Amino acid sequence: MSPRAADPPVPAATDPALIRNFCIIAHIDHGKSTLADRMLGITGVVSDRDMRAQYLDRMDIERERGITIKSQAVRMPWQVGDTSYALNMIDTPGHVDFSYEVSRSLAACEGAILLVDAAQGIEAQTLANLYLALENDLEIIPVLNKIDLPAAEPEKYAKELADLIGGSPDEVLRVSGKTGVGVEELLDRVVERIPAPVGDPDAPARAMIFDSVYDSYRGVVTYVRMVDGKLNPRERIQMMSTRATHEILEIGVSAPEPTPTKGLGVGEVGYLITGVKDVRQSKVGDTITTASKPATEALAGYTEPLPMVFSGLYPIDGSDYPELREALDKLKLSDAALVYEPETSVALGFGFRCGFLGLLHLEIVTERLRREFDLDIIATAPSVVYEVTTEDKKTVTVTNPSEFPTGAKIAEVREPIVRAAILAPKDYVGTIMELCQSRRGTLLGMEYLGEDRVEIRYAMPLGEIVFDFFDNLKSKTAGYASLDYEPAGEQAADLVKVDILLQGEQVDAFSAIVHRDKAYAYGVLMTGRLRELIPRQQFEVPIQAAIGARIIARESIRAMRKDVLAKCYGGDITRKRKLLEKQKEGKKRMKMVGRVEVPQEAFIAALSGETEKKDAKK
Amino acid sequence: MASALPLGEPAPLDGLLPPSAADGAHGRAFGVYVHVPFCRVRCGYCDFNTYTASELRGARQVDYADHAIGEIRMSRRVLEASEVIQRPAETVFFGGGTPTLLPAADLVRMLDAVRSEFGLTAGAEVTTEANPDSVGPDDLARLAEGGFTRVSFGMQSAVPHVLAALDRTHDPARVPLVVRWARDAGLDVSLDLIYGTPGESLGDWRRSVEAAIAERPDHLSAYALIVEDGTKLARQIRRGELAEPSDDLEADMYELADELLGAAGYEWYEVSNWATAAGHRSRHNLGYWRGDDWWGVGPGAHSHVGGVRWWNAKHPAAYADRVTAGHSPAVGREVLDASTRETERVLLATRLRDGLSVASLGSGGRRVVAGLIADDLVDARAALAGALMLTNRGRLFADTVVRRLLEDSVVE
Repeated sequence: MSPRAADPPVPAATDPALIRNFCIIAHIDHGKSTLADRMLGITGVVSDRDMRAQYLDRMDIERERGITIKSQAVRMPWQVGDTSYALNMIDTPGHVDFSYEVSRSLAACEGAILLVDAAQGIEAQTLANLYLALENDLEIIPVLNKIDLPAAEPEKYAKELADLIGGSPDEVLRVSGKTGVGVEELLDRVVERIPAPVGDPDAPARAMIFDSVYDSYRGVVTYVRMVDGKLNPRERIQMMSTRATHEILEIGVSAPEPTPTKGLGVGEVGYLITGVKDVRQSKVGDTITTASKPATEALAGYTEPLPMVFSGLYPIDGSDYPELREALDKLKLSDAALVYEPETSVALGFGFRCGFLGLLHLEIVTERLRREFDLDIIATAPSVVYEVTTEDKKTVTVTNPSEFPTGAKIAEVREPIVRAAILAPKDYVGTIMELCQSRRGTLLGMEYLGEDRVEIRYAMPLGEIVFDFFDNLKSKTAGYASLDYEPAGEQAADLVKVDILLQGEQVDAFSAIVHRDKAYAYGVLMTGRLRELIPRQQFEVPIQAAIGARIIARESIRAMRKDVLAKCYGGDITRKRKLLEKQKEGKKRMKMVGRVEVPQEAFIAALSGETEKKDAKK
Repeated sequence: MASALPLGEPAPLDGLLPPSAADGAHGRAFGVYVHVPFCRVRCGYCDFNTYTASELRGARQVDYADHAIGEIRMSRRVLEASEVIQRPAETVFFGGGTPTLLPAADLVRMLDAVRSEFGLTAGAEVTTEANPDSVGPDDLARLAEGGFTRVSFGMQSAVPHVLAALDRTHDPARVPLVVRWARDAGLDVSLDLIYGTPGESLGDWRRSVEAAIAERPDHLSAYALIVEDGTKLARQIRRGELAEPSDDLEADMYELADELLGAAGYEWYEVSNWATAAGHRSRHNLGYWRGDDWWGVGPGAHSHVGGVRWWNAKHPAAYADRVTAGHSPAVGREVLDASTRETERVLLATRLRDGLSVASLGSGGRRVVAGLIADDLVDARAALAGALMLTNRGRLFADTVVRRLLEDSVVE
């Protein structure tokens, strides 16, 4: 029925000329997982009966969001003519937050399938990953997916793709992962077009780690691409960045279940297990060599993951703090980019300052804490990393507004900037430019993709992007715009720290570093929100926004005049007592800021922007 | 009484009380409350357990006194069977609803039943509530003859637009009339006022308080209007037809009332109650606030005996069925433990002028007294003399004071 390989090449003894390493570059929802599943079925590595929808995406959250966080590699046999090949499909994360991981996955391949939804066309992230693939000299195979959809416009988008990468629209393959149409042709095309890997089988072993996954039963599973030499079972290996050595307990390929082999040779892709328990001991991008005959030079491209976005995570119920710590310790085992340290907030109690690769990473971590660990948590407004130089020439790295120097005069504040690319239908260009300008963006350029879509490029402060930029972009473009950004250095900017004071006491969770032009607006917004949310006290409570000692905005909560419920006859007593018990219970969730009692919900609502009015009468 | 019954455990069909109810009964006064669940019209703000003729589903007003008397008889048997020492009633209070919608003879018959079952102490206080437009001079005279000593008129306001907003039907000019008739009959007089009605200004309120004072009642209650869920008033406010009463204005109104009443010789003895002399304080209501025993007769009525609180079936028809079948009309109850009783004691006694002694507070409660004095919530002189008495400001924050007293209280 299908040309499944009759005599598939054996791992550890495969001629590199018979290997093809490729990945799929696609936007969320463009059907990458469905196509990958279809390939597993057609090549026979997963029987139809075992086929679980979207086999490659393991984590629930990923499956629900239709995105892939953790990449994996599957070895599939495929026969063209009389020759059996080994195809290694390396899955890549689809999101900008994981661009480093994407770049390592791409570096493990010689080619990439550029997969685009035939009804939607290419999106900003796909474009960014495509650039990355071209920079890595990958052979690109353009493919339109979902051609079975009534809304598909293959002609239009084939032309768009051809314009983008060169070549003719006819060379763009048309497939349906859902029905299987065109998938066999695509596999043939992979064999035909993607170059075989090249490496020196006799040189000291060098393998690049392109993924590292924590498994609660087996410890860390490290995914590697062999570049030179060979790795064998029971061999002692060395991590070139740290010089740490480990013994290989198991080595093999994913087919797609882990299948032990006699080793991995040049050009092969597989996994190894050494018994380490923390993904930090097996870092993406690092080079593995053997301890007995180590390579002298590591493979290029390794960098430590660098957190770009910081946020405080606090348990809503303060007594959950130990559970939160335990949960973060566990998550850390599988997430090399997650960093955190304990932090205390007047408003929110005990929590952790956490560093993330980006907003999605933050969202994934908080979601996993909620779902896998059943924790109710609140995240403070995300912040980026500022370098603040005072006039006495000291430079402080600020990841939390509370670290902003207060004593000395500020000479300069530097903030990270990103190159943002926004793809949208041309009708929204004006709206998008307006939004980007209001976020201190500098237009870098604009290009038409096809007839009606435009790519707009801006240099923007990352701090502006992490503050609800994407939500705004989506709502102003009816959801049509897509966004991608990459770090583009830093710049000096006129930034100030705005503090929010409640009866003269600073409420740390609301301090923010903002541009001077926006300080007033931020102050008015937050003081206004808090005035709505904080219940009246027995005394007047001023709420102020301040830059240093200078008050820039002010609201006040008038003193409460009475709280007594007037009538209390025989039938009211039980009700009245129950109300009192409820108030006592509620009091436990009150935070004291100086003498002001603030329900924690008020802080949470103010942070999340849900300013439903407090009950005027209780 | 509020319309929604609390959640508790089911009450037994025979109404029997747990043995703990009898403990210390000889030290507690005993009173009887008789609920009369009928009104000619339902007022927009009212969430009391009361019914107009059209809402009654077959429970007839003419049979009501017989059913209530049935429960009064049963109450004595239940208390006896529960080994609660029998005491003559020191107070009887007929409330509603509108008790005076029943013929005076019915009210007297019910009082007679209390007298024959329990007896009345010498000088017992026997009160009925009345609407200014539901009584005439003959009714009042008949009640006094039958043993009633006191009448409490629902005056509410002297200002027509305020009465209209409350759905009260009486003509304010009728208040001086009914007060005179009550005096002529030899009854003590109390007037009830409500403040904070939508549309009521501070000036309107002054007019009402002054009008009430001009009648020289022995006793006066002033309650802030509470917008209860499910009332017509709550719906009108939700729809924006009426303005929600403002806490600030209500505080001003309270202060004004206290000032005018004080100047006219009335002294507060509970946060919402004033009297010309200690002898005119409502002894029945004081029983509620001091944790005394009382039996509540009628649909939805609440009772308390020795730390057991229970409440009757709400609808008059359901109530009548139970009583007729010889069952206790109680549908739910709670048996309070020591710490809950202490909570209630503090909760209720704090509201009284001379209810709470500092010495009776737990060590936690005593510790916060200094802070309460500093915040001008508790009177310093009284506290030094050993009594916890609210200041003028403290009366407006009675709930805060209670919360702080109980914050980390330990029963000792």
